[in-house]
Amino acid sequence: MESFLYLSSVIALLALATFATRLLPFVLLYKVADHPVLTHLGRYLPAMVMVLLVLYAIKQDVTFSTDILAPTACLALVALLHVLFRQALLSIVAGTAAYMTLVQMGWTG
Amino acid sequence: MLSVNQLALRTSLPVLFGYLPLGAAFGVLFAELGHHWLYATAMGLFIYAGAGQFLAVGLLANQAALTEMVIATLLLNARHLFYGLSLLNRIRSRGWRRWYQIFSLTDETYSLLSSTRAPQGIDEGQLQLRIAAFNQIYWVLGCTLGAFIGSQVSFSTAGIEFVLPALFMVLAIEQYHSIREPWPFWLALSIGLGTLLLISREHMLLIAILLSLCVLLLQRAGRS
Repeated sequence: MESFLYLSSVIALLALATFATRLLPFVLLYKVADHPVLTHLGRYLPAMVMVLLVLYAIKQDVTFSTDILAPTACLALVALLHVLFRQALLSIVAGTAAYMTLVQMGWTG
Repeated sequence: MLSVNQLALRTSLPVLFGYLPLGAAFGVLFAELGHHWLYATAMGLFIYAGAGQFLAVGLLANQAALTEMVIATLLLNARHLFYGLSLLNRIRSRGWRRWYQIFSLTDETYSLLSSTRAPQGIDEGQLQLRIAAFNQIYWVLGCTLGAFIGSQVSFSTAGIEFVLPALFMVLAIEQYHSIREPWPFWLALSIGLGTLLLISREHMLLIAILLSLCVLLLQRAGRS
């Protein structure tokens, strides 16, 4: 029951947060969209957030040890494939398969 | 002559091949948390955001606070604010249909809607609505199947959480394709690593995003 309440509130909140970002341009943003500060943020912030999310998603391995090697190598593979072919699914699946193989061979934990 | 349903199906077919496997990957990942697969269905139905749902799994696994979850989701989705503007006048539906179209405006639906015009004799609003709904059906199916299979079958899924950084890496490269300037990427990498190693491991995401925001604002202020 506790986990039902917790998960339901998480889902409700994230649903609202997602809907809010989709709704905002339709109700408000068209009035201020060409403000130079907003244009500046709109251009560069998403790129920076993506890089931070990559780091966040591997943060338990970002240490001064060999733990960092496997995720870095597999991210490099993802990046290489995506630069070459630009097929999101291919890049993600190949990178993940490589990482799963390394982990399950006991190369990293 | 194609009916509006056939036309919507044909237009949305590429999204089917993207959403089913990606939704299923989300489902399998979600099943690793040990929750019932119906929650994955609910997330596909009510949140309906690819990257957002993957991030939610990461946040749930890290037992992040609710405020951190909401702020991270808002910032992840902030890119939509700036994409959506060009579609403002193109959504033809009114009433509840319009609300649904705004709710269901994912990256993929957005790209289909902005590149599809209704042929003669087909109502554009009807077509847009069906494309949006079909896309969400594919996604919800994928999420549900993945979570159901992931909760029943016990194959070794160790390491599958790597779909998360892989997805964000792909999105980062897509960002590079649109802005074509390398400095934000190096700046964010330095800020992120600095925060992680020197300031806080636990609240890395929030602190690093706020620092990035400050740097961008200062830089903008210094220019004018």
